[in-house]
Amino acid sequence: MNNMEKESTLTTMPAINDGARISGSEAVIRALINEGVDTVFGYPGGAIMPIYDEVFKFDEQISHVLTRHEQGAVHAAQGYSRASGKVGVCFATSGPGATNLVTGIADAQVDSTPLVCITGQVPSGLLGSSAFQEIDIIGISMPITKWNFQVTRAEEIPEAIARAFYVARSGRPGPVLIDITKDAQFGLLDFHYAPCQGIRSYKPVPDLDEFRVAEAASLINAAQQPLILAGHGILLSGAEKELLELAEKADIPVACTLLGLSVMPDDHPNYVGMLGMHGNYAPNKLTNECDVLIAIGMRFDDRVTGDLSQYARQAKVIHIEIDPSEIDKNVKADIPVLGDAREVLQALNEKIKPAAHAEWRARFRELEQVEFDKIIYHDTTPTEGQIKMGEVINLVSQQTKGEAVIVSDVGQHQMMTARYYKFNRPDSHITSGGLGTMGFALPAAFGAKLASPNRQVVAVVGDGGVQMTIQELATMVQYHVPVKIIVLNNNFLGMVRQWQQLFFEKRYASTEMVNPAFAEVAKGFGLESKRIAERAGLARAIADMLAWEGPYLLEVAVEKEENIFPMIPSGAAVTDMRLE
Amino acid sequence: MKEKEQEEVFTISVLTENKSGLLNAITIIFTRRKMNIEALNVSETEIEGVSRFTIIIQSTFNRAEQVVKQINKLVEVLGSFLYREDEVYYQEIALFKMGTAAFLNNNTIERVVRNNGARILVIERDHIVIEKTGHRDEIRALRKKLEPFGLLEFVRSGRVAISKARRKTHEFLKELEQANYFTSENNYQ
Ligand SMILES: Cc1ncc(C[n+]2csc(CCOP(=O)(O)OP(=O)(O)O)c2C)c(N)n1
Repeated sequence: MNNMEKESTLTTMPAINDGARISGSEAVIRALINEGVDTVFGYPGGAIMPIYDEVFKFDEQISHVLTRHEQGAVHAAQGYSRASGKVGVCFATSGPGATNLVTGIADAQVDSTPLVCITGQVPSGLLGSSAFQEIDIIGISMPITKWNFQVTRAEEIPEAIARAFYVARSGRPGPVLIDITKDAQFGLLDFHYAPCQGIRSYKPVPDLDEFRVAEAASLINAAQQPLILAGHGILLSGAEKELLELAEKADIPVACTLLGLSVMPDDHPNYVGMLGMHGNYAPNKLTNECDVLIAIGMRFDDRVTGDLSQYARQAKVIHIEIDPSEIDKNVKADIPVLGDAREVLQALNEKIKPAAHAEWRARFRELEQVEFDKIIYHDTTPTEGQIKMGEVINLVSQQTKGEAVIVSDVGQHQMMTARYYKFNRPDSHITSGGLGTMGFALPAAFGAKLASPNRQVVAVVGDGGVQMTIQELATMVQYHVPVKIIVLNNNFLGMVRQWQQLFFEKRYASTEMVNPAFAEVAKGFGLESKRIAERAGLARAIADMLAWEGPYLLEVAVEKEENIFPMIPSGAAVTDMRLE
Repeated sequence: MKEKEQEEVFTISVLTENKSGLLNAITIIFTRRKMNIEALNVSETEIEGVSRFTIIIQSTFNRAEQVVKQINKLVEVLGSFLYREDEVYYQEIALFKMGTAAFLNNNTIERVVRNNGARILVIERDHIVIEKTGHRDEIRALRKKLEPFGLLEFVRSGRVAISKARRKTHEFLKELEQANYFTSENNYQ
């Protein structure tokens, strides 16, 4: 989705109570209201209490969601942002409150998620004195934020927050942290709010280079076997339509990265599946046979490329990317095209000639058949043995008609979800890609549901990951947020176990887990729940869960030692993808 | 895969807004890659509120270029530029503290100072300080020559460098401001 477009109506709203003399903490809330924020996730504590006092006063305009851990707050803000395209906002107190945000901030940085995190800080006179709950969160968060700033005077607040939102949402989005000392929260200022329009030292979107666009177009027009690699940047810039136009007009197969999933409907004839270590066989294999590789809004992560020295060496590479530092970082671009994906694709599409690549596309279908016969069929429609993860995802996909927002955690179930959910709508796949943060899904699904109350939101979590943020079940109950949670329980840290099996001769060191009765635990938290272990009742159980009006946890006992294939062993080439 | 590349000395020149914490933000870009900063200098520029970091590294071109792009991403960085050795004018400054005795008994030391483009900065009762501005090898050569006379203390600065290109900082800033439709009302002190 296009952030700028969505939020433009909000940033032009007149500032409320312009010119009033108010406290720094009130200025924080007014600034947020001016930025169009209506939901904040957070957790209070001493150093941020003045701001919470204002939360109390402004609860008509801003609803604050009390999570059960600051990590829950930041992941919820991420989920909220990824489902809505808006900036996610969270609050935490100084010291441990701030450090508990770190994992989520890092996650948002790697996965380009716009966040504004506001932390309380000890009074400025105590900075550097190891005061109670004083921690240098500016220093700690420096490598994992797009920008951070410490406010020590009340007057700095409106401008710091205006800037925070501008930096977070513009260009390649990312997390921003604003640390506000307690004296600045208490201090008084004359409140004026002007949204930030620009910063001279910061250029969010590079200028479009028409010459490069023309070069790219002629390369694409001459291509015999072109392949598009579609990444998260397309979703972030709202370029789904333009991508479709390019793919259809020039008849180019499109493969997605993990975070690019849902840019294009799964059943589109040009869609050929997911890239990467556990992606689909055809797009990985054929990466090394295409003649022109068109990478859009993606960064050639090592999970996508495998061994770089054997990656697409035969292809001319066009790299469409908003962040200049991604160009030539991993894969050398023959034609780098800097810019916002939508803007570039609009310009490019004008120069693209219609083409047909039926034979080339048929190659993908052939390999897809191989993968279907060897893997997909058995994963998704087994008839004997224990329930398999793939069949659960397949049923969820069918029953939600590919229209749900799917939030997955990290591990085997994440890859199964990415492989077998057939996405029909953009911005429907939310997962922790770059950082691979276990514990992400539960709170992120909560945030996503708040952002899109009219869509079905389903979290798919492993028995390991669910226990990292399970306390957020209480938040779902307190705020009546009907998230549907599927725990795929294999009593193992499955992904790690699989590697132990394949690469460490089955030495299962500390990966087997004795788990609580998840359905009972959920009941204790006040959720409706069920545990299922038999195939016969599975479809019905999923339907019941989806139909339930409140939050629901469905524990599915799945095969303990299932492996996920195909797989590119780490460090191997894309062509070395193993089917078993 | 990156081909094996030669390492060379690069000068990275970074123009920034004046903001606390920026030194840290810049240096962690190097430490994260386990790259060593050989010398670092921070100074004001001819434009108020704009600082210049001059950073010297030994690296391959590819790595150096990646680092420069990362520095450029920092919000308060106005511009970050990578120079090879032949693309900059540069100097370092060294101070040598010598015992006075060496001078009293011998005038060759004065000749050494003169012939090496150094100068005597201070003369005190018990010590003399010699100052030398130049490239690293010149400073090293002088140090070798002074050592026999009893070198008490030695210190050398990081490099300061200025590019040979004709671009002027204020023109560069003006371009930036125009490119970003930046207006002074939105300036952030
Ligand atoms: C916070 C965190 N710790 C450790 C890991 C390493 N890790 C990756 S996948 C995985 C196993 C996940 O197990 P589970 O949640 O049960 O899901 P499964 O793989 O069984 O589907 C682990 C431990 C991680 N990604 N994140």
